[in-house]
Amino acid sequence: MSENGGAEATVDTGRNGRPAENLLETRNLKMHFPIKAGVLRRTVGHVKAVDGVDLQIRKGETLGLVGESGCGKSTLARLVLRLLEPTEGEVLFEGEDILQYDRKRMLNVRRNMQIIFQDPYASLNPRMSVGNIVAEPLKTHNVSEGSERKKRVQELLEVVGLSPEHYNRYPHEFSGGQRQRIGVARAIALNPRLIICDEPVSALDVSIQAQVVNLLQDLQKEFDLTYVFIAHDLSVVKHISDRVAVMYLGKIVEVADRKDLYGRPRHPYTASLLSAIPVPDPRKERERQRVVLTGDVPSPANPPSGCPFHTRCPRAQDYCVENVPPLEPQESGDHRAACFFPVKEGQKIEEPATSTPYRVE
Amino acid sequence: MAMLEVNDLKTHFATQDGVVKAVDGVSYSLEPGETLGIVGESGSGKSVTALSVMQLNPKPPASYPEGEILFEGQNLLEVPEKRMQQIRGNDIAMIFQDPMTSLNPVFTVGNQIREAIRIHQDLSKTEANEKTVQVLTDVGIANPEQRAKEYPHQFSGGMRQRAMIAMALSCNPKVLIADEPTTALDVTIQAQILELMVDLQEKYGTAIVMITHDLGVVSQIADKVMVMYAGRAVERATTDDVFYDPLMPYSWSLLRSLPRLDTAGEVRLLPIKGTPPSLIFLPDGCNFHPRCPFAKDECRRVDPDLEEKKPGHEAACILSVEEIEGNKGRVDQELGVGS
Repeated sequence: MSENGGAEATVDTGRNGRPAENLLETRNLKMHFPIKAGVLRRTVGHVKAVDGVDLQIRKGETLGLVGESGCGKSTLARLVLRLLEPTEGEVLFEGEDILQYDRKRMLNVRRNMQIIFQDPYASLNPRMSVGNIVAEPLKTHNVSEGSERKKRVQELLEVVGLSPEHYNRYPHEFSGGQRQRIGVARAIALNPRLIICDEPVSALDVSIQAQVVNLLQDLQKEFDLTYVFIAHDLSVVKHISDRVAVMYLGKIVEVADRKDLYGRPRHPYTASLLSAIPVPDPRKERERQRVVLTGDVPSPANPPSGCPFHTRCPRAQDYCVENVPPLEPQESGDHRAACFFPVKEGQKIEEPATSTPYRVE
Repeated sequence: MAMLEVNDLKTHFATQDGVVKAVDGVSYSLEPGETLGIVGESGSGKSVTALSVMQLNPKPPASYPEGEILFEGQNLLEVPEKRMQQIRGNDIAMIFQDPMTSLNPVFTVGNQIREAIRIHQDLSKTEANEKTVQVLTDVGIANPEQRAKEYPHQFSGGMRQRAMIAMALSCNPKVLIADEPTTALDVTIQAQILELMVDLQEKYGTAIVMITHDLGVVSQIADKVMVMYAGRAVERATTDDVFYDPLMPYSWSLLRSLPRLDTAGEVRLLPIKGTPPSLIFLPDGCNFHPRCPFAKDECRRVDPDLEEKKPGHEAACILSVEEIEGNKGRVDQELGVGS
């Protein structure tokens, strides 16, 4: 209910009555890593980690990004922050293509985009005190000095639920959940607009996960943050996101409002992914019809022709082998899926659809 | 008589900082064809319990000050290592979490499965070869003759785990201990592996001990559940009872801290405050009281034992069933959880 209304509201209540701008947009973004072989290190092929992604992230929303390992989620995150230079495409931050920026202008933009990493053990320098870790972005961007900076860091530690006295301690003195809080404090230090959360709770124990998820939600409300939340756990993504995008082999295969995506998945991959997740409810588990996909994800170095999912898709037709489905609007315009034979309401995933592809005739 | 019975097992490790009571009084029993789910956070003693049954904890530092592990009536803590080697792999097999580190990278997959078969069964080389191909077929590996000649690095994560299951099942064990077998895998592959385990259980009547931190996996596969916290079993009941009517505040808190696919986004998560205690310096009284949302003064002093709260439903908590249910209802109402 509220999230449907909320999504609509973001579209309608932009400044001057215009639809709300996208904070970030990617256009046909591609990252092809070269594969080198032989003595001469000649390029013999490419790993198509991200292969033509068009994605809009609206101001103030949380966009969930899900997919199996190796589908390109994390590469996409790094491209958006320009930690990797894309092979092709555009990244628009507040309407400007940041790929054209020089170093100096890029530094300014980076103030507004931060990232929280998955592994709280690897993402904090063990030889730096917590105070220095959190102060580092302030230092890089010359924000405040001396005692004022220290005060700001202590404030930040309090905001994320640590104590200001932790300032002089080192990362090894903290538990996983507390370390992730340090990572969060560092990310919000410069009051960014956008935070990319790359599997922020995957390495944490279940009882600790909830602490960090609640913290992220509270911070979003307090500081008006926009999140891109990457995870492979679809329950966590559903909990925190307004809209969700599903990735498969470097492509977005479906993107929709949370309720639509989980309630009425159109792409057979999304539908089977959802049916594969075990729910902590034994009675429901017994009644559930599961679609177990066969085989593994194909290699992104040698993706299949046509629709990338056709090798595992229970409803694939000959047509899917030859043609690449575009990410097309479904019944409601906000719901887009890249499938010629999308799953319709009340249909089973295995049910072979009509032989005429959707919106192609 | 149960097939596997663990009675008041204690596994302690001597370390420089003191004795780590990794498992401190755990009991359970397992019938043929049954699946027991052991749930708990990292460090709660789930894996050490399993390794104790397999007698794979290095001694020292491990010691077993108390308890017994009865497999078909014989106490595994007392059988000589020679006999244990016959039981291990043949009668009780184990699958580990990380299939990459549990397969030897310098031998072919077929070679490793064949080794397991030839140790336990009196088969010729060609017969063992045939058996290898057959178990690989059983676990759904396509083109098994060819695959048997390949090395682990040529297998994907899901296929490696299938190969591990093939190895574990090659001697038709009576008990299969699976320690987080799907944690390192993607959900679509996890679904394949769990389905495979259930199929094989139906086919061979294997009893399964499923160790996991994923409550969803437990609810899908287990008949009964044991919840562990700080080396102790804190709740033991049928799967339905633990999920729908948890009587230990820890199990209940775990369920409330978990985003669920069916209610996600509608109710705020209720995190468990603090972190699990150190196994060397356990708190006085109930181990869970510093984190317990329902703790009373008495909980700081009294260390509760597992007791039957309702028929067939045991929990370690000094609160009465009425008190626990009252507390649960009150918090659920605040959270807005309809049940």
